[in-house]
Amino acid sequence: MTSNNLKLNFGPQHPAAHGVMRLIMEMDGEVVVGMDPHIGLLHRGTEKLAETKPFNHSIGYMDRMDYISMMCCEHPYILAIEKLLDITPPVRSQYIRVMFDEITRILNHLLWLGCHGLDIGAMALFLYCFREREDLLDCYEAVSGARMHATYYRPGGVYRDLPDTMPKYKSNKYISEKKVQKLNYNRDGSLLDFIKDFTDRFPSHIDEYETLLTDNRIWKQRTVDIGIVSPERAIELGFTGPMLRGSGIAWDLRRKQPYEVYNDIDFKIPVGVNGDCYDRYLVRIEEMRQSNHIIQQCIQWLEENPGPIMIDNNKLAPPKRSAMKHDMESLIYHFKLFTEGYSVPEGNVYSAIEHPKGEFGVFLMSDGANKPYRLKIRAPSFSHLAAISEMSKGHMLADVVSIIGTLDVVFGEIDR
Amino acid sequence: MDNHTLINSLKNKLSAYDIQYHHVKNSVTIEISKNDLIPICKTLKSESTLTFNMLIDICAVDYLTYGDADWKTLDATNTGFSRAVKKTIIPDPDENYDEKRFGIFYQLLSLDHNMRLSISTYTGSTNPPTIDSIHGIWNAADWFEREAFDLMGIQFKGHPDLRRILTDYGFIGHPFRKDFPTNGNLEVMYDQNLEKVVYKPVSITTRPGVPRIIRKNNDIE
Repeated sequence: MTSNNLKLNFGPQHPAAHGVMRLIMEMDGEVVVGMDPHIGLLHRGTEKLAETKPFNHSIGYMDRMDYISMMCCEHPYILAIEKLLDITPPVRSQYIRVMFDEITRILNHLLWLGCHGLDIGAMALFLYCFREREDLLDCYEAVSGARMHATYYRPGGVYRDLPDTMPKYKSNKYISEKKVQKLNYNRDGSLLDFIKDFTDRFPSHIDEYETLLTDNRIWKQRTVDIGIVSPERAIELGFTGPMLRGSGIAWDLRRKQPYEVYNDIDFKIPVGVNGDCYDRYLVRIEEMRQSNHIIQQCIQWLEENPGPIMIDNNKLAPPKRSAMKHDMESLIYHFKLFTEGYSVPEGNVYSAIEHPKGEFGVFLMSDGANKPYRLKIRAPSFSHLAAISEMSKGHMLADVVSIIGTLDVVFGEIDR
Repeated sequence: MDNHTLINSLKNKLSAYDIQYHHVKNSVTIEISKNDLIPICKTLKSESTLTFNMLIDICAVDYLTYGDADWKTLDATNTGFSRAVKKTIIPDPDENYDEKRFGIFYQLLSLDHNMRLSISTYTGSTNPPTIDSIHGIWNAADWFEREAFDLMGIQFKGHPDLRRILTDYGFIGHPFRKDFPTNGNLEVMYDQNLEKVVYKPVSITTRPGVPRIIRKNNDIE
């Protein structure tokens, strides 16, 4: 008998491909028989570029790895440098990092939820998710000046302390004074007050999303029993994060190999049972609730404990502007830091954090220079996408879209 | 399990092989010969006291310019100030490489014992440099090895589908090698006369923005 299989090209420009992914699918009717993902259409050679730049210059490039969870991508890079330099940042900066990691986790999961919903037919959800994302992006903006690519973490701490005021909406000929007052209702206090207000109402928003989806017949038809991964296969394929937890393995680096101050923070690790798209959805929803809880604990600590946010070492931290005006040492430190940077002792380290998508790791090798000798980014989605062929075999074409969605792929980090 | 227990059980189980242990910065690295890679990996995965059941990452490193600094010079007048501005690219030696030109670092994770281990090994005495594929031991190695092949040009013997993965269709060279210029070799443009997209050699030269400086005895704490 001859095979009547059809080769189908999916992408690279396809709204459900979540970026620029090209899939060459082999179809038997509407059933997927084989699949060959072509990636690299967004390859920018970040790791090579990092070799030509002083350490601090590459922090901004890390934001552009997974461009929907920006600060989480900076984090392992910063940790790797700190490990090689053998320094510990002040506790306050560690709390700030944890808080922003969790804000980022919510940002990531909201975008994932909105787009995943959009892909498989839940249209309304997208707007609700982006409504909440807007507030969190305002937090990014308030703290770093940029809504997305923050470049906020630094080896030895964070760039600056949390601001005392929130940026406010202003009235113009299109928006009345009354409307502006309504928009600014939670922006009178500091950034922490604003985040606190957000965490107070966010659980009820998650309830709204769940009302739309969790028991929705169509949602369940599109996700239950789709893309099942057994725990054994998940480990074998190098799955991490919600992809691994969805298969029932309670593995979370925040708990198992704690970094920063996660040891002192109370949170639970949700796990799935069946390892299908629906379980991974439930895991991510619960993770948002847990992140919200972590943020609340961080706010409380940060309100009670003011203090330094950067180590007191002018080889790493820029000196104060005021000190530079009368102190020659400070001026020299400033000049050396911004022209040459700092040299990192010879050696290599691997550092990883629990990124919203899984284990995001950085392998950093230094030969004692002011630039990395080799930087390798271990992106969680890279391993996840490698398994897409195995996950979609035997499923219908429409289910491939559910599977791409559940993988939570972002091409910035896969292609690097 | 802490790192000392890990090293002890490694020494116990892997006594048959020539291994160097590095225990720095709270992480354990074992340096092995590339010929022992497969049996060692099999032991690391199957032995119940180790159970490294997850392969996290594979990273290839090109040691060609390791320890070279832009300001380093034999006499001050020889090359002058421009030595940090103009970058000489070392040509690719065709015949044989340095035996230790390429390092490969495997990051392993044991979920059962909550341990990490890094394996390092060298290759490069032949062109192309070769090493055994560990795809049969950890399936996760599939794309990681394809990536190392694509970017560093390392042949993984026994890999079922060793193709380029990140670079363009029809790409020439291995861009993450140190003898590959950061600007690349070819640029793409639309030729209005020919009315098609053409490739031509790059018209810009590689200039390092900040010179590469190595400082020993750095006193950051």
